Amino acid sequence: MISGDPYLPYVLISYGSTAVILGLLLWATLAANARARQALEDRR
Amino acid sequence: MWKYASPAEFMRVTERLLWPLWIATGAVLGIGLIWGLSVPDDYQQGSTVKILFIHVPAAMLAINTYALMAVASIIGLIRRHHVSFLVAKAAAPIGAAFTLIALITGAVWGQPMWGTWWVWDARLTAVLIMFFFYLGYMALWSAIDEPEKAQDLSAIVCLVGVIFAFLSRYAVMFWATLHQGSSLSVDAGQRIDDTFRTPLYICMIGFYLFFFAVLLVRARTEIRLRRAQRLRQSEVMA
Repeated sequence: MISGDPYLPYVLISYGSTAVILGLLLWATLAANARARQALEDRR
Repeated sequence: MWKYASPAEFMRVTERLLWPLWIATGAVLGIGLIWGLSVPDDYQQGSTVKILFIHVPAAMLAINTYALMAVASIIGLIRRHHVSFLVAKAAAPIGAAFTLIALITGAVWGQPMWGTWWVWDARLTAVLIMFFFYLGYMALWSAIDEPEKAQDLSAIVCLVGVIFAFLSRYAVMFWATLHQGSSLSVDAGQRIDDTFRTPLYICMIGFYLFFFAVLLVRARTEIRLRRAQRLRQSEVMA
């Protein structure tokens, strides 16, 4: 059923690009948070 | 209510909220997406109907995040309330990410369904301009070294762009656009079959939980950075 679906690439691109964007957002958020925590501890 | 908006109280309260929020996000988003991917194909749209489960929540968050930033900016400008400015700043990259997702998934859905990746209709154009306002807002924050000046000017830019957030939401009511009207509307009654509507609601809740979890982490980051900056300044003064 899936192999004969002409729209499958569109669905995969949509879900894949969403996963990449949200993954990058999450990674950048957690990395910035870790840096800020470290910066504050260094100052104390 | 304002006592919870003090930086110290904000940090204390949000620390307790974060883990339950992350767990709820993972659970709800997981259920919503698995359910969404397993719905039967639509008789007209085929399997592209599955794109609905990310496009609609992303588009809603793109607009609502901008509205949140505008409200936070107004509160910041009127009450000189630092956490409001920092929440607006923290929300901007999340809103930009959801706007980008809405634009990409909309284009990818549009190609097989409309026969084109893009049209310059009122809603799509308003969303694209809103995306540029997100980028401009973030660029302005990072371009100005003085926090007080950066927060005021960025807030003004945010308020200027509110018209495009408004048009992103309501353009389909004012003009004849290729983009269809609201998929979910209280006034117009049920427009989507329950087969698709239930997982869509679950995905929407999941996306909102993700938004709030990331927003809290980013706002806490901004508060920590502001504290570290103040400590550095006081060291220099001493």
